[in-house]
Amino acid sequence: MSAVIEGHHDDHHHHGPAKGISRWLFTTNHKDIGSLYLWFSFIMLFIGGAMAMVIRAELFEPGSQIVSPEFYNQMVTNHGLIMVFGVIMPAFVGFANWLVPMQIGAPDMALPRLNNLSFWILPAAFGVLIATFFMEGGAPNFGWTFYAPLSTEYAPPTVTYFIFAVHIMGASSIMGSINVITTILNMRAPGMTLMKMPLFVWTWLITAYLLIAVMPVLAGAVTMMLMDIHFGTSFFKAGGGGDPVLFQHVFWFFGHPEVYIMILPAFGIVSHIIETFSRKPIFGYESMVYAIASIALLSFVVWAHHMFTVGMPIAGELFFMYSTMLIAIPTGVKVFNWLSTMFKGSLTFETPMLFAIAFVALFTIGGLSGIMLAIAPADFQYHDTYFVVAHFHYVLVPGALFSIIAGVYYWLPKWTGYMYDEFMGKTHFWLSFVSVNLTFFPMHFVGLAGMPRRIPDYAMQFADYNMIVSVGAFLFGLSQLLFLYVVLKAIFYGKKATGQVWEGAKGLEWTLDSPPAYHTFETPPNLESGEAKA
Amino acid sequence: MIKGYSYIILARNAHKKLFEMYLKKLILCLTALFLAPLSFSAWDDINMTPGVNAIAQEIFGLHMTIFWICVVIGTLVLGFMVFLIIKYRKKEGVEPADFDDNPKLELTWTILFALILVGMAIPATSTMIKAYDDEEGDINILITGHQWKWQYEYMEDEVSFFSNLTTSLDARNNIAPKTETYLLEVDEPLVIPVNKRVRFLITANDVIHSWWVPDFAVKQDAIPGFINTAWTFVDEPGVYRGQCTELCGVYHGYMPIVVKAVSDSDYKDFIQGKRDLKAQQALLTEKLWETDELFAIGEEVYLKNCVACHQVNGAGIPPVFPALAGSEIVMNDKGRQVEILMEGVQGAAMQSYAEQLTEVEIAAVITYTRKAWGNDAGGDGEIVVPKEILDYKNNKL
Repeated sequence: MSAVIEGHHDDHHHHGPAKGISRWLFTTNHKDIGSLYLWFSFIMLFIGGAMAMVIRAELFEPGSQIVSPEFYNQMVTNHGLIMVFGVIMPAFVGFANWLVPMQIGAPDMALPRLNNLSFWILPAAFGVLIATFFMEGGAPNFGWTFYAPLSTEYAPPTVTYFIFAVHIMGASSIMGSINVITTILNMRAPGMTLMKMPLFVWTWLITAYLLIAVMPVLAGAVTMMLMDIHFGTSFFKAGGGGDPVLFQHVFWFFGHPEVYIMILPAFGIVSHIIETFSRKPIFGYESMVYAIASIALLSFVVWAHHMFTVGMPIAGELFFMYSTMLIAIPTGVKVFNWLSTMFKGSLTFETPMLFAIAFVALFTIGGLSGIMLAIAPADFQYHDTYFVVAHFHYVLVPGALFSIIAGVYYWLPKWTGYMYDEFMGKTHFWLSFVSVNLTFFPMHFVGLAGMPRRIPDYAMQFADYNMIVSVGAFLFGLSQLLFLYVVLKAIFYGKKATGQVWEGAKGLEWTLDSPPAYHTFETPPNLESGEAKA
Repeated sequence: MIKGYSYIILARNAHKKLFEMYLKKLILCLTALFLAPLSFSAWDDINMTPGVNAIAQEIFGLHMTIFWICVVIGTLVLGFMVFLIIKYRKKEGVEPADFDDNPKLELTWTILFALILVGMAIPATSTMIKAYDDEEGDINILITGHQWKWQYEYMEDEVSFFSNLTTSLDARNNIAPKTETYLLEVDEPLVIPVNKRVRFLITANDVIHSWWVPDFAVKQDAIPGFINTAWTFVDEPGVYRGQCTELCGVYHGYMPIVVKAVSDSDYKDFIQGKRDLKAQQALLTEKLWETDELFAIGEEVYLKNCVACHQVNGAGIPPVFPALAGSEIVMNDKGRQVEILMEGVQGAAMQSYAEQLTEVEIAAVITYTRKAWGNDAGGDGEIVVPKEILDYKNNKL
């Protein structure tokens, strides 16, 4: 595409990046903050991943091997919390920071100082969370879903720090979302109407609204916990007339939209990559937008499918079964649209495309097991077994995480100005692809055969498959070290990238140099109608 | 030197052997993984149990129906994808098409998805209605989840007991061999009669647990302050095993469920036996007890009920599970110790043992803790006899 791009060269170099550490501490530049978010997420990936390795090492064979059941529960809890709040979410915010202004032709995010704050409180939040490992009573051990009363009356004393950390994470997400929405609604280049926005921008606009809607609900849930623990209330205390199930309703009213917060931006990233490497415009742009919007709306009315066994009236079971099944429609539309984009295209398979295709394939498997889980009577057998673990890891690892990896490979040359090593990238892909399936596919079987989740030791009949899962997990963990190596190698020894980078890439960000100047689009690009669409 | 060196070689070989063993196991597993779908015997090990009663079998049938629909859809989608990947890879001189929508086609597949979902929802709804049947049972059993054991109370017969894991710590720590029923064995299984409608009333005493027996397709959360219901009807005598399926604290993985379905006459014998036992235990409180006798019983009780938290050496795992060795209460405050055993500690994992243990067992275990680990030297060394526990029960509870 050839939008008019004069003005992206910053003629009056009045401020480039500051020198030294203050560049990163006080930066209000969307590119710097984007990088901070992405590196933060990368570091947390290895911390949360190390916890997963501990879990899999313990489950390698039946019996207690390397950690106590107490520490095992701490691993399970913090692995979940870190991966959800410390890896997937910050990574997508990092993408939003880098890409939203560049894709809509804006000079920066709308609220740059808020942007700095919303990043820098995040390391503080995780500092608090991880510090609990070194406190009396140990880290939170009640699962990332922290069901009361296990997380209130029966929690270790560090639960208060956990609550504080969740509050800070929530504040960070809310501020980030306000920023994204404000930027998208006010700072698009002239001529870029909403229905011409790139899909990644669309997914983030909707994600940001979801975040603003549900993070306060999470804050409410943890505040009620805090009150129960320290101020004598009985929101969730059965002994005081409270209701433990209320916690689950409140939590999942946040939790289910949260699941889509972790997958919608992935849809955006994958859409861009597939159209680029198919050399063909995305199929069904409008239905893509409507599908994302309907998934977001439906996400508010399906929460109790996480609670089919708590003893709901049958009308409740049926309602949540039907509403959950409905989500398959927009999701199916998206998968078919991606396939139709590839149909009659001219496909090449660079690393980002490999990860994007794997995303579509494996996300489909996760979606199908999701339909099985939606069937309420059958869910009585699936609920809280490894079948559920398999399902949500299929949508979060080869789903969300693969899209993040694909996006990093896709935009890394743009961000840094250097190409990554294609051979190493492909090696990383094949190792990840094989090991991710080796890890999570057998979990379906042990789950169906009856292995409950969150147990540090298991009955003998589950032994063989757990060993395979552990081997797969170790391999997957090691493969991600290769990812780090590929990224660092590109940054330090990579070949110079062109501005266009990919033959088929379209969109405003590709009209900029690689790497782009510190400040871009200080004068908005002048778009002819129809040209800015992704 | 030489000896030491040979040890190293031995150790290395042991490692090698271990590695070879794992490698062999791994190869075996991988082969099993890929051959599993082909052989029917293996299929059972990796699929949901068909169950032992009509509703479980119906749920199994529903599961298989949905599963095959998903397999067909998945195969078509992934197959089409492979076709696209092969057919449309970039070739010299072939230009990509540039269409970007096809409203009719899009509408068609949207309607198609909806129809498939309706096709799934109809059998699901009918099974759901059958599974949700709230009528009274022939026998009503109150199931209470405790950290980390189940309590079963036969409502009509006033019989109540606790069901504890029997797998030894040695087996869990890989010192003793593991049996077929590793982690799925209990001291007192729930006994139910065949050919009777058994209704379960499920609740919890502390945190949320979940009572699951896959063969009955019963999984119901046990929630403090709530009573959930579920029911089963078993026609074949047998032993059915399950586990707690809601994270309930440290030993969540160690509270299995064992249900024994027996003939009606065996069931009656079982209930009668439980009642006789209760009467015998009441008599024992009047017997004159020797300290050594109590100490010996107490040690057994302690190893079965207390070690999980307070540890074999009485050191506990502070701050969550306090130490008993050297504890001021255990050494010098008999009254408070009895009170804790009888009523539990509010807001902590320590629960009331008034119903879980007999008077003799409670007196014995208190005596044991007051004598063991040097507590008798540091404290008043007073013992507790069953009569005192009985008096406490009669006056305070």
